[in-house]
Amino acid sequence: MAAKANTHPNGMVLNRRKIRWRRIIPMYLMALPGIIYLICNNYIPMFGIIIAFKKLNVVQGFFGSDWCGFDNFKFLFRSDTAFTIIRNTVMYNVVFIVLGTCISIGAAILLNEVRSKFASRIYQSLILLPYLMSWVVVSYLVYAIMANDTGLINAMLRAAGKETINWYQTKKYWPFILTFCHIWKGTGYSMIIYLSSIVGLSQDYFEAARIDGATKWQQIKKITIPLLKPTIITMFILSVGRIFASDFGLFYQVPKNSGALYEVTQTIDVYVYNALMQRSDYGMSSAASVFQSIVGFILVITANKIVSKYSAENALF
Amino acid sequence: MKIKESTVWQIISNGVMILFTLCALFPFVLLIIASFTDNTWATVHGFSFFPEAWSLSAYEYIAASWSDIGRAYVMTAVVTVSGTALSMVVTSLFAYALSDRELPGVKILNFLCIFTMLFSGGIVASYFTWTQIFHIRNTVYALIFPGLMMNAFNVILVKNYFTFSVPPSLVEAARIDGAGEITIFVKIVLPLSAPILATIGLMTGLNYWNDWNNGLYYLSAREGSKYYTIQLLLNQINDNVQFLANNASKMSGIQVGSLPTTTVRMAIAVIGILPVLVVYPFLQKYFVKGITLGAVKE
Repeated sequence: MAAKANTHPNGMVLNRRKIRWRRIIPMYLMALPGIIYLICNNYIPMFGIIIAFKKLNVVQGFFGSDWCGFDNFKFLFRSDTAFTIIRNTVMYNVVFIVLGTCISIGAAILLNEVRSKFASRIYQSLILLPYLMSWVVVSYLVYAIMANDTGLINAMLRAAGKETINWYQTKKYWPFILTFCHIWKGTGYSMIIYLSSIVGLSQDYFEAARIDGATKWQQIKKITIPLLKPTIITMFILSVGRIFASDFGLFYQVPKNSGALYEVTQTIDVYVYNALMQRSDYGMSSAASVFQSIVGFILVITANKIVSKYSAENALF
Repeated sequence: MKIKESTVWQIISNGVMILFTLCALFPFVLLIIASFTDNTWATVHGFSFFPEAWSLSAYEYIAASWSDIGRAYVMTAVVTVSGTALSMVVTSLFAYALSDRELPGVKILNFLCIFTMLFSGGIVASYFTWTQIFHIRNTVYALIFPGLMMNAFNVILVKNYFTFSVPPSLVEAARIDGAGEITIFVKIVLPLSAPILATIGLMTGLNYWNDWNNGLYYLSAREGSKYYTIQLLLNQINDNVQFLANNASKMSGIQVGSLPTTTVRMAIAVIGILPVLVVYPFLQKYFVKGITLGAVKE
């Protein structure tokens, strides 16, 4: 090709340009639906954050409404709920990250020890089953266990002659219930991720350790966990980057959006939903939602910076 | 000594795994048993793993009022199939363009794609975009377009597969033979990418099947309920029960009689998860594969 270009410079340039357009046009045509979707679904809403700085008025419409600067944010942070929803979002995430990581790593290590391939596959797919359910379905499962009148636990308490518990009105149990639900639904997923990196570890280390007479426990403590560290740290940092986001389904569906529980179940996402859809409070909901996106953005960027320093191949960019 | 240690580990690991498995399964078992429990017995004694009175009446009720539940079922299937199909087409086409490193502007496209993983306008801005600009409230499109149709994560997974697992020499040879880009994509790249497409399709399908968020935001109970999927039907029943619990004295909106009994509600939930339970054993390995694939870039 290069030789040809030397002999017929003009012809080649023309030819190459033709070839390039023959490739560029179809390529961009193929990308077009995706680009349009990103614009509609992601980029227009990004500019939509300006609504948090407007005093939205139904009569004047979206663009005609007056600007109000940071008033919406001032109202939001003057209320007590702002503190509650931020605390709930962050605290639940901290517990989820710590407990979730420990339990799934433990489960992955133990699953890796199971010798029977058949049993291992059965455990793996059954533990993953909850992950495939929607939070609505999970709320039914929880209801079957904790309903006031017919729930399993209250039925057992009644049979034992003890007083029943009004679960959906009693705040103190919910941090535990929600944590359990999160772990119950998510363990299968993260266990598989950790298992796949355990399986990928080089067998040589374990071989050598076995020859030296190391016990299983020593192998886990001294080889498996240290070798898993990069995966653990990357997953950890990335989940810290998402600490301001909460799983709307978990906090909305499982407590059945029960007002009596808001103090311990309402996270930013649930608050935004309630403010927007139930109370039509556009100012407060947009302020909370935009606040969440901006803080989330800063956290994700920071987390990625740290990951890319630590292990470049695991960073998003 | 050595044999003994490994036996101990087999007992511990199998024991803990069985415990985890039982933990994962027991709510499902309870739900299914609850749906077969006699409703009067359940109201007196509560749900139990060993009810003394069984009954099929919950399922008879569902069969009798199949028009609502059946329609929700059909709606779920329509939304899942069309959403997944659209998603696969848009995602793979976009990923193919992104995988062409010589394409002018491909870096910008890549950035536009990845940036959506870092920053979002938030749900309120999305809500106003979809309702005020695109007017999808109370249409079937509300269940297909917002959020679910394409995500940057899947695009990157497919793009990486195109880049690393489709031999470039094959594509180059076809190009030299004068094949157009679309022909190359359809005839060479797609058939070679069946595994990743199956995985992505499965995950997207599951997301559509399980979705209730879009309906919650974009379908109103009065005008949008004809588009309710099975998940949204379950959600609406929850809402009505909650409404009754909160407004026991007023009873204005809903008649008590129109509300399904507890066992019927459990039976509807069973009907809702049944397809997933039936299909799962056959597709289990693809789900696991999908998760491990995702782990590479998460």
